[in-house]
Amino acid sequence: MASGLETAAHPEQLKRIVIDPVTRVEGHGKVTLLLDADNHVHQARLHIVEFRGFEKFIQGRPFWELPVLVQRLCGICPVSHHLAAAKACDQLVGVDRLTPTADKVRRLMHFGQVLQSHALHFFHLSSPDLLFGFDDAVAHRNIVGVIQDHPDIARQGVLLRKYGQEVIRVTCGKRIHGTGAIPGGVNKPVSDAERAMLRADIGQIVQWAVDAVGLMRRIFTTDAAYHLQFGAVDANTLSLIGTDGALELYHGGLRARDAKGEAIFDQADYRDYASLLREQIKPWSYMKFPFIAALGPEAGWYRVGPLARVNNCDRIDTPLAERERIEFSAIGNGRPVQAALATHWARLIELLYCAESIERLLDDPDIGGSDLLVEGAQRDTGIGVLEAPRGTLFHHYEVDGDGLVRKANLIVSTTNNNQAMNESIRQVAATYLDGHTLTEPLLNQIEVAIRAFDPCLSCATHALGKMPLQIDLVGADGRVLDCIRKGASGDIEAIPAVGG
Amino acid sequence: MTLPRFSAGHAVAPILVFGIGNPSRGDDAMGPLLIDRLAEEQVAGRLKGVDLLTDFQLQPEHALDLHGRARVIFVDAAIGGPEPFGWMAIAPDTGIAHSTHSTSPAELLAIYRRLYGTPPCCELVAIRGYDFELGSGLTARAESNLATACRAIVTRIASAGSSLANG
Repeated sequence: MASGLETAAHPEQLKRIVIDPVTRVEGHGKVTLLLDADNHVHQARLHIVEFRGFEKFIQGRPFWELPVLVQRLCGICPVSHHLAAAKACDQLVGVDRLTPTADKVRRLMHFGQVLQSHALHFFHLSSPDLLFGFDDAVAHRNIVGVIQDHPDIARQGVLLRKYGQEVIRVTCGKRIHGTGAIPGGVNKPVSDAERAMLRADIGQIVQWAVDAVGLMRRIFTTDAAYHLQFGAVDANTLSLIGTDGALELYHGGLRARDAKGEAIFDQADYRDYASLLREQIKPWSYMKFPFIAALGPEAGWYRVGPLARVNNCDRIDTPLAERERIEFSAIGNGRPVQAALATHWARLIELLYCAESIERLLDDPDIGGSDLLVEGAQRDTGIGVLEAPRGTLFHHYEVDGDGLVRKANLIVSTTNNNQAMNESIRQVAATYLDGHTLTEPLLNQIEVAIRAFDPCLSCATHALGKMPLQIDLVGADGRVLDCIRKGASGDIEAIPAVGG
Repeated sequence: MTLPRFSAGHAVAPILVFGIGNPSRGDDAMGPLLIDRLAEEQVAGRLKGVDLLTDFQLQPEHALDLHGRARVIFVDAAIGGPEPFGWMAIAPDTGIAHSTHSTSPAELLAIYRRLYGTPPCCELVAIRGYDFELGSGLTARAESNLATACRAIVTRIASAGSSLANG
């Protein structure tokens, strides 16, 4: 399934294009393209400078601190880390089943997190490409352009995010650094006043989610032939799944399917992840390349995230999202949908699922219950897995007799998608860039394919002055022929090549 | 489109100080640390008419937190720029290219303007930092910069508070 563009035969004879860093993704993404004299692409790689200090940051800490501590790994999805760590800690305190109140309050928190994350990605990061086109002026192709031209859409994005943050605040106790989930349960139920506050607007939230899915469906189907092939690669898929095959974001078994939709494994206990998955190291990237052990590294790479989840599930247990899923699946003609841009459509189906699920939980008396915590006998290993907004997230801890973490292993969603992202940009490079003089709109197509995955890494550092974009054109002799730099404020500057 | 009830907000103080940063990433912690120190001033009764907020980074929905304010001061760590800190006024910026999941203060004001109209007076205090690694503590130079910035902000708020009180 892998393309032939991972490694060029004679890289020393090729010119090198660098997109560094990729915009509108979190962390530092860099793309390198190797081209011959006629601009034919011989190699395309996405490097993400993954932060390697997660495990070191965690080791030696008392396990009961983990649900709060790990939120500082990521400023974008701290709640996903909070809940994955809490699930692992449930096992460390010997708890395999939470009370109904604890389970549902955590689920409510998770739905709030996924809702606000998906809203940010679609309305503020991807909609500029989708509404204006990939070749729109770079100064306009951004969130402010969306606000100017589509104010209602932008406003809905802001308010959907705010609603998701309110759900998180109610269930976590605070807007950030919350302590809602604790080993064995939760530390508070949802009060009647909180429930009433969230209920008051949930109807509007569901309607906006319906509208958003409809907008994305129309964008996709308006030029279905183009959208179906852009960045499309035949990938295996991996996700959690409900016991009845329904879409599941918080807890379930692992399901993997091949590119035709045939089962590789199903309802696997995620605590066995280390025997199901392996990680490969490649010399050109800091980020590992996970693969399904039974298939090996060449054929076993997989996709996680919204597209994988919506492809993988047999049904969605909320009516409006299920209706949209059926329509979505129809475009695959019986096979999984593999188009990169279909990820946006799947993401919004999930946004609708989250809105409906929040509505359902707000009518559930259990979220206001008083039975919050279960106790058990301490164990030395805990593995927590959930579906974060960007895909499957693994937290694995081993503790000593004093409860201090002696080993930690985290596989974040973007790592799971590493090879799939690389294959998508190779497909785009081969289809649209090969043989052409490179321009910003053409290079943006590479970024559009990456952004569909919404990669996010070590994203809590955002200090002012970061995030420029520089593109170097390097000749076969290694000489820099041309250079364009985009500053953090969006200004474009042509930098004369030295000696050129 | 009317704004839903959850976004209507509650009674807010005229001044908002918003500290941006991750407490576990070295000098990036200066924003939230400054909020902690201002909270101590509040408890001691030396800082009034001020709301304090902190988050890892700005997001579009933070525009809603600006509503009803007379003045907003964003405090963030800066990887470059003047030492010990720079203090600058911010205007809505409609020409900025959105480059990450986080939102710049100027971009946030542009979002605010679409939601509510003219934004409040906003300033950015960019405190110079040096080390942003996960798990690192505050560097000595950043600690010094933070202390200086904190004194300046308290003084400025006291001055602004007087003028706001005097109409």
